[in-house]
Amino acid sequence: MNHDSYSDSYIRGILNTVKTIAMVGASEKQNRPSYFAFKYLLERGYRMIPINPGHAGETMVGQPIYARLADIPEPVDMVDIFRGSQYALPIVQEALALKPPPSVIWMQLGVRNDEAAALAEANGMKVVMNRCPKIEYGRLSSEIAWMGVNTRTISARKATIGGVQRMSLNRVTAPGGATAASDRVQRGDGGH
Amino acid sequence: MTERIPGFSTLAVHAGAQPDPTTGARATPIYQTTSYVFESVDHAASLFGLQTFGNIYTRIGNPTNAVLEERVAALEGGTAGLAVASGHAAQVLVFHCLMQPGDEFVASKKLYGGSINQFNHAFKNFGWNVVWADPDDISSFERAISPKTKAIFTESIANPGGVITDMDAVAQVAKRAGVPYIVDNTLASPYLCRPFEHGADIIVHSLTKFLGGHGNSIGGMIVDGGTFNWSRERRYPMLCEPRPEYHGIVLHETFGNFAFAIACRVLALRDIGSALSPFNAFLILTGIETLPLRMRKHCDNTLTVAQWISNHPKVAWVSYPGLPGDRFHNLAKKYCPNGAGAVFTFGLKGGYDAGVKLVSNVKLFSHLANIGDTRSLIIHPASTTHRQLSDAQKTAAGAGPDVVRLSIGIEDHEDIIADLEEGLAD
Ligand SMILES: Cc1ncc(COP(=O)(O)O)c(C=O)c1O
Repeated sequence: MNHDSYSDSYIRGILNTVKTIAMVGASEKQNRPSYFAFKYLLERGYRMIPINPGHAGETMVGQPIYARLADIPEPVDMVDIFRGSQYALPIVQEALALKPPPSVIWMQLGVRNDEAAALAEANGMKVVMNRCPKIEYGRLSSEIAWMGVNTRTISARKATIGGVQRMSLNRVTAPGGATAASDRVQRGDGGH
Repeated sequence: MTERIPGFSTLAVHAGAQPDPTTGARATPIYQTTSYVFESVDHAASLFGLQTFGNIYTRIGNPTNAVLEERVAALEGGTAGLAVASGHAAQVLVFHCLMQPGDEFVASKKLYGGSINQFNHAFKNFGWNVVWADPDDISSFERAISPKTKAIFTESIANPGGVITDMDAVAQVAKRAGVPYIVDNTLASPYLCRPFEHGADIIVHSLTKFLGGHGNSIGGMIVDGGTFNWSRERRYPMLCEPRPEYHGIVLHETFGNFAFAIACRVLALRDIGSALSPFNAFLILTGIETLPLRMRKHCDNTLTVAQWISNHPKVAWVSYPGLPGDRFHNLAKKYCPNGAGAVFTFGLKGGYDAGVKLVSNVKLFSHLANIGDTRSLIIHPASTTHRQLSDAQKTAAGAGPDVVRLSIGIEDHEDIIADLEEGLAD
């Protein structure tokens, strides 16, 4: 599968199916991007499980932190990798050893490891690389448009509310244009 | 599965807007409110900490304005936008996010006169020092770069018209200097020119002009191209250093390729306060829906009028890059293939008095200091906007005593020409 771009329906399909997400590299520090994404996804109703060997036994936004994926006492649908690209392969190997294994491997914005992706796909997992699930949730629900962000979706269908200042992912959209510029930077080869 | 990318006219109508989720209202509602209720203390904390997306207070964000922001960002091919009170406000906020007192930026000296004033005077008071360069000589940009340079600024089509900036060449200078390239795309609008495709990193607009298009609302826009790496040389503390205003978060690391637009909102607009009224945003949005139709008519009319006027016996010269033979015609074909805009200047053989006479005689043209209206507009800069300057200064600014500026509207071109013909008659 091509990992330079993903269709909105592929991403929406993943975010609509998974319920439990283990975030490897989650930080309890309130000013870290992983904390932002963790808290947001928790507030959007996902069961969030932080993985951080340095802080195992503590809690993050009320959720117990585990040292390793293998320590999680329940099945996980998706592993979100918030670590450098070089760590992605061993994390996928750990994920594959889980019983049952997760169905999705998601690598954060700036994280890409094609070997890890190939291994996961060979084992029937869906893979997303170099994207943030918080940004994608905000984009496809249109919540992120409140910050002036180009969601690259258009729609003549009424959106669905998910709560006070919350929009649901269940929104019917057509693609709304390209931001070649943004993808260039996401891949890290276009910024100067 | 391939996903279709919609065309420009589709985005002009749809981008950013969707039927209102509570009422089903199809037109974008005017959210005429100052503030938004929090669901809980936790929700408020998440909003103030930038951990969730949403609205707090209309100085920082408003759902009507947000539709406008996404609309213009989509038309420009950028990652995010920020709507503000005026084009000038957009420029203040952009430079606030880039400059520290004592820093420099390089700007084309062929700019809207108001921007020249803003840079020379207001910005100097902030300790932001402009260094002028000449778009006719790209090496002058290179020579103007110093270790203190933080940005390069040009217009795409320069007001009062006639100058097209070689943006690819300026962008190369910016890349070599490691600074962002800011383009004011007001006169072209994204329909005629797309600066991100030519190396711009940030685009600013006066929405007051062709985007709003009907002469009824002042507004400005900042669009983030998502192309600049703010962390590489760590020269932009608003973007790459922990922000004390927000518990030490680093905006570039947290918001990635739309961090600049977020910085302009949560650091600059929040603290400087030049917010756009949602009512203005609504009017401008309505204007943008017909931008492609209007720009085609503006450009067709302007070419016809410029051709006619260049053959008039009382006219000494015409500066419109849409005319074959104009010295910017080749750059216009490259950067604005769909038309060279609707603003141009010409010189009257009769000098100052002939200019005064023309603006006094016309009946269809409105004599006023704006451009980019459905109506045709005329001004004689030497007797109005540039009155306080010496003749030498006027000429240097492209506003010599003989110069008349037109902004051609979308009326029937026969009527526009008839009005000029009568106005020029003895
Ligand atoms: C090219 C250009 N940039 C900026 C501005 C300033 O915009 P505003 O009047 O909306 O502040 C103008 C206004 O004439 C303009 O023509």
